[in-house]
Amino acid sequence: MAEFEFTEDLDDLRAMVRKFCAEFSPEPVVRATMETEAGYDAELWRRLGTELGVLGLAVDEEFGGAGAGLVAQAVAVEEMGAALVCGPVVGTLALAIPLLSAAGDDATRRAYLPDLVDGGRTATVAAPLTGGTFDAAAVTVAAKAEGDGWKAEGDGWVVSGRVEFVPDGAAADLLLVAARTDHGVALFAVDAAADGVRREPLATLDLTRRQAVVEFSGAPARLIAGEKRALAALAHAARVGAVLLAAEQVGGGRAMLDRTVEHVTGRYQFGRPLGSFQAVKHRCADMLVAVEQARSAAYHGAWALQDGTDDPQLAASIAKAVASEAYTRVAAAAIQLHGGIGFTWEHPAHLYFKRATADSLTLGTVAQHVDLVAGIALDRD
Amino acid sequence: MSIDAEEVAALARDVVRSHPPRAVPVPQLMGAWYDVGLTWLHFPVGLGGLDAPRTLQRAANRVLIEAGGPEPRTVNTVGYGIVAGTIVRYAPRELAARWLRPLATGEELWCQLFSEPGAGSDLAGLATRAVRDGDEWVVNGQKVWTSLAHLSRWAVLLARTDPDVPKHKGLTYFVADLHAPGVRVRPLRQLTGRAQFNEVFLDDVRIPDAHRLGDVGRGWQVSMSTLSDERLSLGDRVTARGTGPIGDALALWASRPRAHTPVARERLARLWLRAEAQRLTVERAKVGAAKGVFGPEAAIAKLVGSELSQHVYEFCVELLGPEGALYESYDSDLGDDEGPTTYQRKYLRSRAATIEGGTSEILRNVLGERVLKLPPDTRTDKDIPWRDVPRS
Repeated sequence: MAEFEFTEDLDDLRAMVRKFCAEFSPEPVVRATMETEAGYDAELWRRLGTELGVLGLAVDEEFGGAGAGLVAQAVAVEEMGAALVCGPVVGTLALAIPLLSAAGDDATRRAYLPDLVDGGRTATVAAPLTGGTFDAAAVTVAAKAEGDGWKAEGDGWVVSGRVEFVPDGAAADLLLVAARTDHGVALFAVDAAADGVRREPLATLDLTRRQAVVEFSGAPARLIAGEKRALAALAHAARVGAVLLAAEQVGGGRAMLDRTVEHVTGRYQFGRPLGSFQAVKHRCADMLVAVEQARSAAYHGAWALQDGTDDPQLAASIAKAVASEAYTRVAAAAIQLHGGIGFTWEHPAHLYFKRATADSLTLGTVAQHVDLVAGIALDRD
Repeated sequence: MSIDAEEVAALARDVVRSHPPRAVPVPQLMGAWYDVGLTWLHFPVGLGGLDAPRTLQRAANRVLIEAGGPEPRTVNTVGYGIVAGTIVRYAPRELAARWLRPLATGEELWCQLFSEPGAGSDLAGLATRAVRDGDEWVVNGQKVWTSLAHLSRWAVLLARTDPDVPKHKGLTYFVADLHAPGVRVRPLRQLTGRAQFNEVFLDDVRIPDAHRLGDVGRGWQVSMSTLSDERLSLGDRVTARGTGPIGDALALWASRPRAHTPVARERLARLWLRAEAQRLTVERAKVGAAKGVFGPEAAIAKLVGSELSQHVYEFCVELLGPEGALYESYDSDLGDDEGPTTYQRKYLRSRAATIEGGTSEILRNVLGERVLKLPPDTRTDKDIPWRDVPRS
């Protein structure tokens, strides 16, 4: 499937997710869910996994997925982003699933992926990914092999250390942890309910996106990927995560643009619709340009990672940098063009603005991705 | 007749084999190209086409360019972009045959007599008059911003044939012979020092009625149809990462390691990202266009590309430091600003990018009103006779 070839299947998928979100995650549901302790509705997440089957679109069928590719997954995430669906999109969908797909052997994948793809369980990744790539030097967890194997469930390893800013960390059932061994950094699976795991939910700016501090003190861990494979898999997950978040940003930006156009078309001041004033119209045009550029960048990233048609880091950083800037600018413009109502709690503009802010600070800021792009595109010899 | 990309490429290879682009003069090469029907694949057989889907054009052009031939549009920019489609749609066949071949070979260049001193963004408000006299029209007026007029043989002309109806309804579209008596072309020196554009004065210029394209009073609709040709031809262009203005900036960056600072590096990377997002948007538009789906991408491409080129050359001049404040020469040698030239000249030239071919302000109106369907601005001149519209 050539780049930017949006097939009928993809269009159908988009329509299906959009309809589901409109029906089962409209704004009142989002608002009610974001005020709950967990921050997401486990039942809605499960339905996304089982009824819709949109949590494992890029996962091989052998492991419970649809085998439809990353572009399809991006389309689904875009629509979920447009509706601000509450759920472990970052932890499970954008990070843990791609990481397990790339890291484990078949037995590991068979053990973990089907439950995550079904939405029955959730997972997240506790690793330094905040810079836009996996930073092995910043790993704060240490792993030790327990010779006597007294913790049978843990495969003979225990991990200790503290990880900040773990996305969806408080609610996840499964924690994928990057930890330092004597030979480098390896990847481990830790049951979140195990002894030796303490989680502290953080108060977040975006109530629909949760984070936690996760502290391991001798928690039983199962080795998933050794030193070599872990690095490549974590780097891969960071890129897939960046691209999927970019797709979410496109969805949110588009929703804000549509909403704003509707508002300035219907609201009259000075005896004419607001949108007939060029000062307003031109700002809407700039929002459109931003959303369209972000769409191109995000889907180029998805196609490039799916088909291997571009430098994967470059494609991911283009997607994330362009989409982050677009979403934050579009959401800010939406508040401005709505005037006073846009600053109220009652209007949804702030929900999108906060999501835009959170997204732009997750898996690498604009500046960090610009720096990565510079390293690839400018710093050649 | 149904033809596929492979057969088109084979025809193209035959032409470049019998007329090696590096050895044969361009008019001869492009003449052979035209006779085979490769110039505009979607045109009728005998008029430079093969009645084939226009989406196959890229396959042909790629063979030509890879063999060292010209990007076809550059042979006759206005002719390919604006004129050819209008001719094939509105001119009688024998006139179309007369005009199209020398247009395609570049032997007869074309220009566009549209803008006027009093009608820029508001093109439909133009004042050049055409009055019918038997089988002819007599034209009087002044046109401006006419690129290539001094080199052109023919022009497409928009003139007012009825001043008593609202502005869009009183226009008619003609082909004007620039060698006709009464046509005077004066180079217009621009802020770069050079003269790429012209003023064209029309004094009792006589145009045969046979050279009218479309019905009397339908000139606006005819001119709009060429805009959609422009949009469709987007798909013929080949765009590579790091080319165009950003390619200039990358080359300068690579050649000036001592000017590398973290701030400049970040600025260039951000420009690179904007250029790349724009390039990808054009690529996405091509895929849509191939399926007959036209989105807002062409207007976006013009808006973003023009503003970006200004920012890129601002960056280049700054990277040059004090050298950026030097200028090779303001001597007006009547040359133009195209082709390889200095960063400083490109910097000055780029100021026109957001004005020519639709200002950024007008493009934002277009995106707002035609794409987002926002309510139109108040238009005081819409429903009154052109004669009564206030003018400066």
